[in-house]
Amino acid sequence: MNKDNRRLDLILAAGFFALLVLPWYRVRRGFFGLDWLSDLPGSETLWPGLFQALAGRWQLWPVLALVALAVALRLTRAPGPRRGRALVGIGLAGLCWLAVEGLSIGLRGWNWGVLETVFGPVVGQQAFGAGAVLLGAIFALISAFGAAERGALKGDAFVLGAITLLVLLVGVFVFYPLLSMFTGAFQDFDGSFTTEGVRGSIFDPKIWSLGCLTGGNCGVAWRTFFLALCTATGTTLMGLIFALVATRTGFRFKRALRLLTVLPIITPPFVVGLALTMLLGRSGTLTQWIEAATGWELGRWLYGLTGIWIAQMLSFTPISFLVLIGVVEGISPSMEEASQTLRSDRWRTFRKVSLPLMAPGLANAFLIGFIESMADFGNPLVLGGSGGVLSTEIFFAVVGAQNDPTRAAVLASVLLVFTLSAFLAQRFWLAGRNFATVTGKGDGGRHASLPRRVAWPVITMAVGWGLFTVTVYAMILFGGFVKVWGLDHSLTLDHYARAFGVSFAEGWQWTGVAWDSFWTTMKIALIAAPLTAAVGLLTAWLIVRQRFPGRSVFEFALMMSFAIPGTVIGISYIMAFNLPPLQMTGTAAILIACFVFRNMPVGVRGGVAAMAQLDGSLDEASLTLGAGSGRTMRRVILPLMRPAILAALVYSFVRAITSISAVIFLVSAKYNMATAYIVGLVENGEYGIAIAYSSVLILVMITVIGGFQLLVGERRIGRREVQAEAATRESLA
Amino acid sequence: MRYKGAVEFRNVVKKFGQFTAIPDLSLSIEPGELVTLLGPSGCGKTTTLRMLAGLEGPTGGQILIGGQEVTRLPADRRDVSMVFQSYALFPHMTVAQNVAYGLESGGMKPAEARERAAEGLVLVGLEGLGARLPAELSGGQQQRVAVARALVLEPQVLLLDEPLSNLDARLRRRVRTEIRELQQRLGFTAVYVTHDQEEALAVSDRIVVMKNGVVAQVGSPRELYEAPASEFIADFIGEANVVGGEVLSVEGGIARVDLGGAILALPARGLREGPARLAMRSNAARVRTAGAGVPGRVASSAYLGDHVEYEIDGPLGRVFVVDDESDTPLPVGTEVVLDLRPRGLALIPEGV
Ligand SMILES: Nc1ncnc2c1ncn2[C@@H]1O[C@H](COP(=O)(O)OP(=O)(O)O)[C@@H](O)[C@H]1O
Ligand SMILES: [Mg+2]
Repeated sequence: MNKDNRRLDLILAAGFFALLVLPWYRVRRGFFGLDWLSDLPGSETLWPGLFQALAGRWQLWPVLALVALAVALRLTRAPGPRRGRALVGIGLAGLCWLAVEGLSIGLRGWNWGVLETVFGPVVGQQAFGAGAVLLGAIFALISAFGAAERGALKGDAFVLGAITLLVLLVGVFVFYPLLSMFTGAFQDFDGSFTTEGVRGSIFDPKIWSLGCLTGGNCGVAWRTFFLALCTATGTTLMGLIFALVATRTGFRFKRALRLLTVLPIITPPFVVGLALTMLLGRSGTLTQWIEAATGWELGRWLYGLTGIWIAQMLSFTPISFLVLIGVVEGISPSMEEASQTLRSDRWRTFRKVSLPLMAPGLANAFLIGFIESMADFGNPLVLGGSGGVLSTEIFFAVVGAQNDPTRAAVLASVLLVFTLSAFLAQRFWLAGRNFATVTGKGDGGRHASLPRRVAWPVITMAVGWGLFTVTVYAMILFGGFVKVWGLDHSLTLDHYARAFGVSFAEGWQWTGVAWDSFWTTMKIALIAAPLTAAVGLLTAWLIVRQRFPGRSVFEFALMMSFAIPGTVIGISYIMAFNLPPLQMTGTAAILIACFVFRNMPVGVRGGVAAMAQLDGSLDEASLTLGAGSGRTMRRVILPLMRPAILAALVYSFVRAITSISAVIFLVSAKYNMATAYIVGLVENGEYGIAIAYSSVLILVMITVIGGFQLLVGERRIGRREVQAEAATRESLA
Repeated sequence: MRYKGAVEFRNVVKKFGQFTAIPDLSLSIEPGELVTLLGPSGCGKTTTLRMLAGLEGPTGGQILIGGQEVTRLPADRRDVSMVFQSYALFPHMTVAQNVAYGLESGGMKPAEARERAAEGLVLVGLEGLGARLPAELSGGQQQRVAVARALVLEPQVLLLDEPLSNLDARLRRRVRTEIRELQQRLGFTAVYVTHDQEEALAVSDRIVVMKNGVVAQVGSPRELYEAPASEFIADFIGEANVVGGEVLSVEGGIARVDLGGAILALPARGLREGPARLAMRSNAARVRTAGAGVPGRVASSAYLGDHVEYEIDGPLGRVFVVDDESDTPLPVGTEVVLDLRPRGLALIPEGV
């Protein structure tokens, strides 16, 4: 059992390092700058944990005691179940104590008045720093290794450690923020418990009024709900139409149709709204034509739910298309052929067999559209005008003059309830209803093509909608070269020069206004992508290949984080990470954490799909050949999963560039992201630069994805791959 | 109604793009007959069946059902119905709805269709299971629902594409007997696709053996077994040894054949004097340690309870022989003689 001791030695050494060398508390100017080293001896706030404890911070004493206990156990006891149990206890106790003391003692002493009256005053403390964070991880590992010594999961320390750390991370970065948001809603400014704000917000007629039924205005919750229903219906219908055209007709440009599915991946979410403004807004091109031709006054009809709906239809139809292609192709051709040999013509076959078999898939697409629409932030921000939706209301509740975190938290909870209900419906109600008609032993056969009376209208609609989409995207590319949209249509490169200018006057200089946020975005996306892929694929591996108690709960919780709208994540991150014990706002770390845990489910799904195709006996073969789990992962699984890894890398990179909803809460002057910067431009009315910048982003992403395709090579798309891809893309949304 | 149930292929050609799956197929099937399309995987059986069902259009030629040309008629207007390899039961409909589906498609009133569907289920021994979903049935039951669904339409011709391939071995034997009984009782024409020669021998009135899209031989099970027209048939049906011999003389349709030194009298099958190939079944020879016959030496032997399988090297090359005498299996290396019987031997006509 030498191995048990060796790994324990390693983490105990790291524990000493955390306690004796690293600063226990947060370094204001940034830990990685390392300039704090020069101030070290003098400045007490920079001292490591041991010295802090000696200097009288009693809340650190239990930590020291637990580490000492672990060392003593290591020295006096042989590895085994009994030592294992003790180690598990030590680890858990350490983690709990860190959480308790961190949450209880804030910058200015006790966080809650109750504690003050019971225990007397205490000196305030900073947020956790490198030392504390590392020690937290070490406590987690101590308990994992303890569990391994007890023989849990066949004593596989690697798997146990991975699971423990993942649970810890997901807890800290997904559930802790949500919890903070809920508790934040119930806190006064001084931190004491109150329901006043919540009661005020919950029964606010601005949220819940049903006035529109009687001719007035409806509350924002109902408006959002109604919009989501319309968008979900519309995108499902259009998605089905596209899927039918792509798979069941002799339409000549099917490949072009499939290209549509790439659009939502490369398009920052507000860009469609922006293009619509240029096309249909007050001084939009189409508007001017129509007004000139008919003399009508079209006005501002676009700004409001109608406009948002159109933008969402454009944005989300491709997602529904992708999901439904899988559904339509997933129907076994022999079903339709059987119907034909049973005296049914194509129309009856379509109505009685094909459509009912697609029904669960359609419901799934509907729910996805519903969640998308609810969570959409970019389009409503650009097109909302005075009547916003929940996601924008949340934003304005914290950034605007209102600055009412309680209201933001309540709105966010309402939004969360809607999306989670849709998610739960998708998970539980649809779960048993899927007719998996593609059987292992097929008859071959071909899908019936659509009956004429369906084919023609369907092709017409698909082509019409496709042209509209192309027009909108043409606007985006073209708009950046026009002086003032709607007024002065002379061509110019000014916008590009202002955004992306470089000067050679005094050496190479990035003089354009966009460079700053552009490079920040690239850097953060580049850091986040490998982390996302790593965490996602590791999780996928654990879920697919390991049987541990709570596995399905773990998977479920992860997938549920899909359904959390970005806006809610943004607001909850602010509420959780603005104050000790974990203070991260204004740093790059918070952006990276946000991307990693928001996009991780994509990696998980992709990984699960890829791993499901790898025979489990491969791992087992490696294990029986004497390799441990870690080595098996490195030498067998990873090489086989290379395409999935690359895909996860690219998708998380691209997602980090395009996302806005959570990011807009988390950017700072120092770390501004491209999308947030563009939204700022739009708010200032600088459409030219905004559009130019967006086009550049789209081009960058096309390049990245194109390069990736070249790298991995054109895959032949079989049925299963389409579904895996659909799952991946669907999760991108 | 003389032709009801008759099927005829006239010079049917089927190409998939550049690839010719069926070069030129002519075949006629009598009413009330169960005909099997037999052949190795990929030889065009399913394609032939699908053309008959109207699921695939022939590239050239004509197809007649019941004396009427149906070449361009779509599947739903043909008086045939099909049992799919995967059964293709509609998973969103109950068993009764599945069976009634075709009847209602044909315009029957729902109430009547339901009644007829129930009768159909009785026919296949599934009374009382009408309210279940297909997923709630066993594989064998699903298969019977598929048969009932096709039969209630009372088609002129019933098509079955490897109907037993998704069943386990034991069930296969039972279901194939049931299908055969049903067919003989109701007297419909059936075209049955399989790649399993034993299954084909067991159920068919006539077997059509196909190879690379071409009909290699048509005949009753017995004809195919006892008088294979080619080495391919001899090997495919009953795994015969193909051995070389010499026709010494032909007289009145009977040939005297020299086979490794033994002289036998066999039907000449159009052959002249000279070298010839023969199909030699595994039961064509008894293995003796002494006496007259073709000499040989045991190359391998496998004791299988009630019989022993030998491979024997000798002037015929290596031949596979089954001996019913299992009391004293002969060890490898034993010198033996093969006592040949005309029963399991047939001359193979040349040129096929
Ligand atoms: N839709 C198709 N497209 C191209 N080739 C096909 C198609 N269907 C069948 N084939 C080819 O035709 C040949 C005969 O196929 P099939 O009739 O299914 O054989 P089987 O005898 O196994 O049922 C095979 O070589 C197969 O590859
Ligand atoms: Mg076949």
